Amino acid sequence: MKVSYKWLQEYVDIPVSPLELADSITSAGLEVDSVAELGKEIEKVYTGKIVEISSHPNADKLIICSVNVGGENNRQIVTGADNVKENNIIPVAVEGARLAGGLKIKKTKLRGIESRGMLCSGGELGLDTESLPENQAHGIMILPSDTPVGEDARKYTGLDDAVIELELTPNRGDCLSMIGVAREVAAIYNTSLKLPGADPKSLDEYIDGKAEVIIENNELCRRYVAKLLTGVKVFSSPVWMQERLRSAGIRPINNVVDVTNYVLMELGQPLHAFDYDKLKDGKIIVRRAKEGEILQTLDGTERKMKKDMLVIADSSGPVAIAGVMGGADSEVTGDTSMVLLESAYFDPSSVRRTSNYLGLRSESSLRFEKGIDVNGCLRAAQRAAKLLQEMGACSVLAGQIDNYPEYIEEKTIPIRPSRVGYLLGKEISQDECKNILSSLQFKVQQEDEEGFLVTVPTFRPDISREVDLIEEVARIHGYDRIPQTLPSGESTEGGRTERQRIMRQLRRELVACGVYEAITYSFHSRKEFDRLRIPEDSYLRNTIKIQNPLTEEQEIMRTLMLPGVLDIVRHNYSRRNYNAAVFDTGKVFHPRDNSDLPEEREKLAAVFTGKTENAWNTASGNMDFYYVKGILEAVLNRMGVKGCSLEPAFDNMTYHPGRSAYIQVHGEKAGIIGEIHPLVLENYELDQKVTAFEFDMEVLLQYAGKKDRYIPLPKYPGTNRDLAVVVAEDILARDVFRLIRKAGGELLRDVKLFDVYKGNQVSEGCQSMAFSLKFQAADRTLTDEEVNERISSITSILQKEFDARLRS
Amino acid sequence: MEDKLKAIAREAKICLDEASDLKKLNEIRVKYLGKKGELTKVLRGMGSLSAEERPRIGQLANSVREELEEYLERRTDELKNKELEERLSREKIDVTLPGKPCMLGKMHPLTRIQGEIEDIFTGLGFNVVEGPEIETDYYNFEALNIPKDHPARDMQDTFFTGSEVLLRTHTSPIQVRTMEAAAPRVPLKIIAPGRVYRKDDDATHSPMFHQIEGLAVDYRITFADLKGVLKVFAESMFGSETRTRFRPSYFPFTEPSAEVDISCVMCGGKGCRVCSGTGWLEVLGCGSVHPRVLEISGYDSEQYTGFAFGMGLERITMLKYGIDDLRLLFENDLRFLEQI
Repeated sequence: MKVSYKWLQEYVDIPVSPLELADSITSAGLEVDSVAELGKEIEKVYTGKIVEISSHPNADKLIICSVNVGGENNRQIVTGADNVKENNIIPVAVEGARLAGGLKIKKTKLRGIESRGMLCSGGELGLDTESLPENQAHGIMILPSDTPVGEDARKYTGLDDAVIELELTPNRGDCLSMIGVAREVAAIYNTSLKLPGADPKSLDEYIDGKAEVIIENNELCRRYVAKLLTGVKVFSSPVWMQERLRSAGIRPINNVVDVTNYVLMELGQPLHAFDYDKLKDGKIIVRRAKEGEILQTLDGTERKMKKDMLVIADSSGPVAIAGVMGGADSEVTGDTSMVLLESAYFDPSSVRRTSNYLGLRSESSLRFEKGIDVNGCLRAAQRAAKLLQEMGACSVLAGQIDNYPEYIEEKTIPIRPSRVGYLLGKEISQDECKNILSSLQFKVQQEDEEGFLVTVPTFRPDISREVDLIEEVARIHGYDRIPQTLPSGESTEGGRTERQRIMRQLRRELVACGVYEAITYSFHSRKEFDRLRIPEDSYLRNTIKIQNPLTEEQEIMRTLMLPGVLDIVRHNYSRRNYNAAVFDTGKVFHPRDNSDLPEEREKLAAVFTGKTENAWNTASGNMDFYYVKGILEAVLNRMGVKGCSLEPAFDNMTYHPGRSAYIQVHGEKAGIIGEIHPLVLENYELDQKVTAFEFDMEVLLQYAGKKDRYIPLPKYPGTNRDLAVVVAEDILARDVFRLIRKAGGELLRDVKLFDVYKGNQVSEGCQSMAFSLKFQAADRTLTDEEVNERISSITSILQKEFDARLRS
Repeated sequence: MEDKLKAIAREAKICLDEASDLKKLNEIRVKYLGKKGELTKVLRGMGSLSAEERPRIGQLANSVREELEEYLERRTDELKNKELEERLSREKIDVTLPGKPCMLGKMHPLTRIQGEIEDIFTGLGFNVVEGPEIETDYYNFEALNIPKDHPARDMQDTFFTGSEVLLRTHTSPIQVRTMEAAAPRVPLKIIAPGRVYRKDDDATHSPMFHQIEGLAVDYRITFADLKGVLKVFAESMFGSETRTRFRPSYFPFTEPSAEVDISCVMCGGKGCRVCSGTGWLEVLGCGSVHPRVLEISGYDSEQYTGFAFGMGLERITMLKYGIDDLRLLFENDLRFLEQI
């Protein structure tokens, strides 16, 4: 909503400048988007009259104008404009002038002829050419012929004004009008509101019998007022009205259209002017559309109706889409001699649905959607009639048709000043509450000790209970005058849940291992499943679908985290970030049979590719399977998750069959770790190995954070022994460890694998594994015999189970 | 004999002076003071001395020994110091060479700021709660006083997954879920961070982003309390010099409602490009809980009052780090993640 400062002054005295006004209405709840001080940059531009035009001796497209800008002497100005004629009055920038955008005008020569200034277009003066009337929008701006010459041109082009653009909240439809904004200003500055006149002089002849209004659907049209104007003359509206419409961003068209727009801006009541002679039988029928009915609207588009839409029809068919746009056939034209003026109240939801469905938003629909003043319809019709009559554009038939089947009463709401204080935390006296509400045009009555009754005018449909009135009091009183306190009730501890703490710790532990956290979208394309080679029958393909996605890339809610993190690798790889270690946590979504809402599970995925950083004294290492497994182990250790094991995962299609494993916690499958399958990498256009792990946080959360009890430190020294065995290369390290631990018993405190060797030194198909064993007892120093005994039981069990040989 | 002793002393001192390392010193010690050393040899010859001379020469020999031992010790110290100094000088390195690279890893800026915000509010007695990202129309709209056809639904273009099921457009449904579960228990103080979704994707909008919701319900929670709590928040988050401004606004689920501006973090309120010259930055929306929302959730709105607020995590994060492009937060470019 654009509000002209000059226009606003017609309804209320404003004791402050436009900028100050913008601040104070913002503080009262009408947010100001911008303040445009028009003509602020313009200097030395005057109204001038073209006295004589002659041709340019050296250029076909230029002309020489002799221009009078006051005084006796004329000045010579060369222009390329083709829309000026002798005796035109135009804005003239003389030398030293400044135009919109800071352009400066100097004396110059054009093709050898001196030019002392410039004739200006609306655009050069900073006017919005979109809202200029057709005859002024292009070329030099021709001013009315009665404009005095030699005056500051800003005064005659509407540039001595400021336009405040409001960004209104959806509840304040009443401020989509000058009068609504003026009402707020009057309340803020405690000044009085001046309502415009709405009393046209009527002919003796009455409207009765000439027109008829039938409302078939009263729930969608609460009231319909029609006025008849006769002897209509269509011409341009006066300059003052054109300027005001322009300031509101509306292009002047002709007096009839302009007046309906003017009243819409002034009072917030959309009006429509029908060419009466085109309405069959002078009949207005407000009814639901018939399915498939067609109407060509004012913008020239054919609209096909649905049956829940409300239309205005005559006896032969629809002539307007109620509250949205009129039809082209009944439009007011130069030939129009009688006008039927519509001022109605249409149901907000119905207009909203219709305008959404048609994708057609108008100044009218915008206001109907927010709810207009049902008791203001007649006044608006009268106001428009008066304006047209006063400019000599018509005569007004006496009376009107006012079809208002069910009068809508103003609501009465009680308010207690004690409640105002209770809610705001500041006492506001009964008197001040009353003053504020009265200044907003609420009627205050029936006062007692508890409080008073407030009658809410119908132009404020947003006010329906006491708290709404309290907000009115608070915002006009000023939020800045309410103190800042802290809640005084019983204190609360505050904090995070165990689950939240574990999730936070997990992130910290991963970061401590050199992994960066990423955040990816929760939706992706269903094509990701093919890229990941997820089997057709996998439960992962059973997804929640977004019915109205922005793009195909965001059509389903994720069921796994891998697409997001692989996409990060791809994105970075294409930007030459070849080394990456990133993780992402978030929810995945699985549909549930017995519930509208899906199952949401917290998951984690981490990906690693490339090398660790190298430096002058450090060789870089591959972030390969064992690097990643080391991180996984470190994180699980720090999270206090015990009982983890890896089981080779031959069957997962996304991962390398020989380089992947399921992560199990206490026998429960909790995730997977491994190298991404080469075919998957190909699908992601990656030609570099990627290792990843995925984790179901719901499993991890069950086991994480369990505190271990401390074991006393040993008092007696331990004994270290190394043991190298040669076994077949398909023997898993895990199984060798298990046997060593089993045979080593309690005295075996620690086992470390320090070397794995395959090659010339051992026979084909075999590998050597070298372990470092530490034996220790809590109550004594072990003897050599005790240790030897353990070593030999270890070697014999390895021999027996795996045919292992000792390597010397 | 006396002369001989003095000569030994003189000679040994000269040798000690000339010795350049600890090994030499040891050789000299053996040569003069050892069991088979010069001094011992002299003392062996004492048998030939007269009874009067023997004690005198014995005394002299002892004092020569003491003198030499002392001298040796001093020289040992000197040489040890010298050798240490030489070693230290030899071991000198260029301390300005870069250190061994450590794999760094960092938390995403959004996570960090979310943690900071949670910490401020948990310190004020708020509990952190979460809720589902896929919600019913009821919790996302109806229960928040946003019926069907309400114009406020325009402000939030919604992704639907079913006729009454959608991706939550704000974290406010958590308010209702929490109140429903707790009613009529008070005090209730929660902070609810989470992902939210709106059908919007351009330079300043992302279809997925994060909000943090706050709610307090108790006897006599006032609008003044809301102002006080958010002032504490703004000062803790953006520095104690930060000023806050409350402007009336509209949300269907709060009344009175307000938008909160903070003095611009870049220019301190003088006006700059970041604050479009106004000196203020809009950071959150808030208000007293609408009585209807309290009633729907099971609280008697005469007896209990509350306040609620909600902010965009991305907005706060961008202000804190001076990030000027929202998309950086979801692109996960490592140069960005590593830098910030």
